[in-house]
Amino acid sequence: MSASTAHRPPTGATEADAPEARSRRGAALAQRLVVVRELGILAALVLLIGITLIANPRFLSGQNVRDLMLSAAVLVVLAAGQTMVIITRNVDLSVGSVLGLSAYAVGTLLVDHPGTPVVVAVLAGMVVGAVCGLVNGAIVAVAKVPSLVVTLGTLYAIRGLTSLWASSSDRLQINASDLPSSFKSFGGARVLGIPVLFLIAVAVVLVVGYHLRSYRSGRELYGIGSAPEAARLSGIPVGRRVLTAFVLNGALAGLAGVLYAARFQTLDTTAGTGLELNVVAAAVVGGVAIAGGTGSAWGAALGALLLTTIGTALPQLGINPFWRDAAVGALILAAIALDRTLTLRLAARLRGRNLRGS
Amino acid sequence: MADGMPDGDPGPVVLALRDVSKSFGAIAALRGAQLELRGGEAHALVGENGAGKSTLVKILAGVHGPDEGTVLLDGQPVTLDSPAAARAQGIAVIYQEPTLFPDLSVAENIFMGRQPLTSGRRIDRPELAARCTALFERLGVHMDPDRPARGLSIADQQMVEIAKALSFDARVLVMDEPTAALSGVEVERLFTVARALRSHGAAVLFISHRFDEVFDLCDRITVMRDGQWVSTDATGDLTVEQVVRRMVGRDVADLFPKQDVVAGDVVLEVRGLTRRGVFTDVSFDVRAGEIVALAGLVGAGRSEVVRAVFGVDIYDAGSVTLHGRPLKPGNPAAAMAAGLALVPEDRRQQGLVMELSVERNATLTRRWKLARMGWLSARTERATAAEWSKKLQVKAGRLSDPVSTLSGGNQQKVVLAKWLSTDPTLLIVDEPTRGIDVGTKAEVHRLLSQLAADGMAVVMVSSELPEVLGMADRVLVMHEGRLVDDIPRARADEDTVMLAATGQAR
Ligand SMILES: Nc1ncnc2c1ncn2[C@@H]1O[C@H](COP(=O)(O)OP(=O)(O)OP(=O)(O)O)[C@@H](O)[C@H]1O
Ligand SMILES: [Mg+2]
Repeated sequence: MSASTAHRPPTGATEADAPEARSRRGAALAQRLVVVRELGILAALVLLIGITLIANPRFLSGQNVRDLMLSAAVLVVLAAGQTMVIITRNVDLSVGSVLGLSAYAVGTLLVDHPGTPVVVAVLAGMVVGAVCGLVNGAIVAVAKVPSLVVTLGTLYAIRGLTSLWASSSDRLQINASDLPSSFKSFGGARVLGIPVLFLIAVAVVLVVGYHLRSYRSGRELYGIGSAPEAARLSGIPVGRRVLTAFVLNGALAGLAGVLYAARFQTLDTTAGTGLELNVVAAAVVGGVAIAGGTGSAWGAALGALLLTTIGTALPQLGINPFWRDAAVGALILAAIALDRTLTLRLAARLRGRNLRGS
Repeated sequence: MADGMPDGDPGPVVLALRDVSKSFGAIAALRGAQLELRGGEAHALVGENGAGKSTLVKILAGVHGPDEGTVLLDGQPVTLDSPAAARAQGIAVIYQEPTLFPDLSVAENIFMGRQPLTSGRRIDRPELAARCTALFERLGVHMDPDRPARGLSIADQQMVEIAKALSFDARVLVMDEPTAALSGVEVERLFTVARALRSHGAAVLFISHRFDEVFDLCDRITVMRDGQWVSTDATGDLTVEQVVRRMVGRDVADLFPKQDVVAGDVVLEVRGLTRRGVFTDVSFDVRAGEIVALAGLVGAGRSEVVRAVFGVDIYDAGSVTLHGRPLKPGNPAAAMAAGLALVPEDRRQQGLVMELSVERNATLTRRWKLARMGWLSARTERATAAEWSKKLQVKAGRLSDPVSTLSGGNQQKVVLAKWLSTDPTLLIVDEPTRGIDVGTKAEVHRLLSQLAADGMAVVMVSSELPEVLGMADRVLVMHEGRLVDDIPRARADEDTVMLAATGQAR
């Protein structure tokens, strides 16, 4: 016979560890990668702020930070909502238009009924958004049309609707002077020096992130995006869950519309145009995989914060703001490259780590 | 042999299918199928690839609705219009193809939608992990509940599916080829659990192409052919030959017709191959004309070794030499160019593009060879695909149908066709006959034997001991990442191989 199994003493490799210890390491590794991913964005954010601080020590002055928070609030809320949709392997491109419609509707409501309480205005905006989300979700879930196409259609349709409404009611623009003072003070309100609008955004992110992490219906969204066929076979009501994700995302886009109105206090029918791509970018930069199944609302919110900060920091660094788009683009590519590497690493490490002893 | 019927009366009929038919377009998968499951019995369902077994399972699971016929539960007609509905009726199903969520943890995969909750309706993660660990202990599985399902070997995926089905405490447990990638020890553990369920009054439906398992576990056997019911008998009244004849409609000749071949030059030399924590210091040779089997328990590192040899995975130390020339590590393209082919164990993830047609899949690896000046001739492609599909008796409606519509065994045949058509000098097959029926299995064995006789070197990873013993010129046995024995054909029998595989030899 050949000398095929020469039993030489082991070269180099240590004695194999117990299977348990080995697979433990696999899980710890997976856990660590998720943390690394979110810490990465945080690190980028800190780095950016640090560099900007060197160039302009007043970058973190109270007013600057508040401005930053106000600008970020809208994007953060949208990113949290979009996360729910993207996790199910869908996407909602209509959020910019939904925001526009909601802002315009709430503005109209407040102009016509100046006595409307702020809470009612907020709820009204969310209802408008939820209805838009219902339309999107119903077409996607029932008619089984890809969400990219559906929401591309509603992106234009809803924007058109807003314009039509504005021109037929002959109110193309709503100015700060038309809005009741209660609403205007809501836009500028602070608690402990922090803008209320930002606090609302933070609350939204916490709730959405927590729900996705710790509730059955949240985990099912991950399941749907991770393997749609397996989700169906394991009895998850896929259609209903996807529909709900769209409705909630719509409601949050509606909320973002109210925040937008409260922040800028001057509205026309173009509010939020083009915002959808920023939102998707924020989510992707924040580690929400466009193929579904992974990512968190917290990551997406950090992504939104990072994108907003880039927008304000670049001028402070004396860099032409036109570079902002290029910077965002580079960031997206970097994020995707990072995610890809991390996934491949993880897969390679996990393979063979599930060996079982006799 | 058979345990026979449990003493006393057979239990009442829990679940029955009456005259069920189901068609997919022009293909009639089921034509008046019958099935009757009693409480407290293990019932086998056997039939050739494409006979309609999985389709029947999917009807029980609420995935497909029957075109005709009725499903009776406790004698009452029921409509199982969704997997959730079937589950609510106490029917748990292990599907032939593992359907896991790669991004989620193993524990979440098992308890998706049924995670234990705290008082605030939040998921109780410690409890989730604890329940999962308890299940794994029952099955004797060592797996971390928190690791993601991504990267699990096909056997481990199957163990997760088994754990999932067990977690239901179902009245009816349906298992569609759960053992196809498992070796003897794991199968025995599964059977222990299945027997326990049966003695508690559950009905177990067991599908397998391995007759030793069928006769070992089951009380009754239902045979299907071409979507139709053929017979249902107590196991004790049947022999393997009878079952095979009913399945195939003819006698199947010698199952393992290995031809004797004089081994030629060394084709593959593996020296000191090591991947930390996975396998250690693996050295062996393979000669032209030889069939070398890699045996061992699931998780011994067999698939990992062949994947490293082929270059799909990297390794930390050692060398691989093919025809006297060193093979670059981590480069499957170079390995293919050097005449190596690897038929992977996981056909869904690594072997097939499910959406593409049968012919496209069958020719995917050799498209450049078929192409003339960059152009792929549809005619040559189709001809090659047709030739191999015929050799392997692929049962498909049309070769242009997507692979995803084939039965599990027929998908496996397409994977084989794809790699055999590359004319390799060294063929590595990982569980080559997983899910393939008796008739075709004999055909695949004949084919491998023929290829070896023509001078091809074959490395075969197989968990099926009879296949290993019947086919291999030499059996290399792995245990916990090490090559522990090299047994020539003359000395190889069930005892020597199993002793080595469980780490008791030497
Ligand atoms: N979704 C589908 N679309 C079209 N044809 C299908 C579909 N599912 C199954 N078939 C066809 O139905 C027939 C029966 O398939 P089935 O999967 O039930 O076979 P099986 O008995 O489980 O075989 P195996 O032993 O290979 O798993 C096959 O010819 C298959 O091609
Ligand atoms: Mg099948």
